[in-house]
Amino acid sequence: MTFSQSREHSGVLVVRVEGQLVVSNRQELKDVVQRALAAGDRKLLLDFTGTGYIDSSGLGALVTIAKQVREQGGEMRLAGLNEDLRSLFELTKLDTLFSIADTPAQALTAY
Amino acid sequence: MPSRLRFCVRRYPAGDPDARTTVVTLSVPTDIDCIEEAVALVTFHCLSGTAARETVRFRLQVALSEALANAIIRGNHGDRSKLVRVRAELGADAIRIHVTDEGAGFDPAAVPEPLGPEGLQRANGRGLFLIRSLVDAVEFNDRGNSICMILRRP
Repeated sequence: MTFSQSREHSGVLVVRVEGQLVVSNRQELKDVVQRALAAGDRKLLLDFTGTGYIDSSGLGALVTIAKQVREQGGEMRLAGLNEDLRSLFELTKLDTLFSIADTPAQALTAY
Repeated sequence: MPSRLRFCVRRYPAGDPDARTTVVTLSVPTDIDCIEEAVALVTFHCLSGTAARETVRFRLQVALSEALANAIIRGNHGDRSKLVRVRAELGADAIRIHVTDEGAGFDPAAVPEPLGPEGLQRANGRGLFLIRSLVDAVEFNDRGNSICMILRRP
């Protein structure tokens, strides 16, 4: 399972990205989020603590997902990015598009 | 499931135990589900026995993943009768990784920068930019169906 989910007491749905977020599994993540939105979730946290690498398709999927969440009046945050992963967001300036916290715990306090 | 990748490692000069150049070649089917395995295999052989920093491993993984995805999706257009070929030359000073598809090629100079306000909101168009940002140098053949990514050894 690449994307495990759990729900915090505060109602935030946490989706953990284990392994890679790349062209071959990006649709799976989109499906997970779409199902969550359809079920009424509006607070999402994507946890990258267990992520190896992300390719441009994975970054693109995050852009699409963030837009969908915004359009539904929801809020999505990213957390747990190591230095290398964070550099991808900085290089592509996507760090300006997303709410990024250092750790999942820090992200959860911000909702 | 058995691997669908065809893989070969050769050391040059042949028979020399102190050979300074190793060449890794790999044939990858036109299937995005093969990319992760190909990246893991090439990365392992490129960096085994070296004290490469984790950042070098990360850059190699992302750049190669991008190049393979471009070759499979945009180069070979998903045509499963075609292959993508990887050739990694591991020299004393640098790692040179060639990724070649069977497509007609493209003009890398015509690919727009993804950093403008419009590009930022797009779901695609960051692949080549990422490759250029993560490796030390990038070269293309004249036809535009083969990219060479160069990572200099520290």
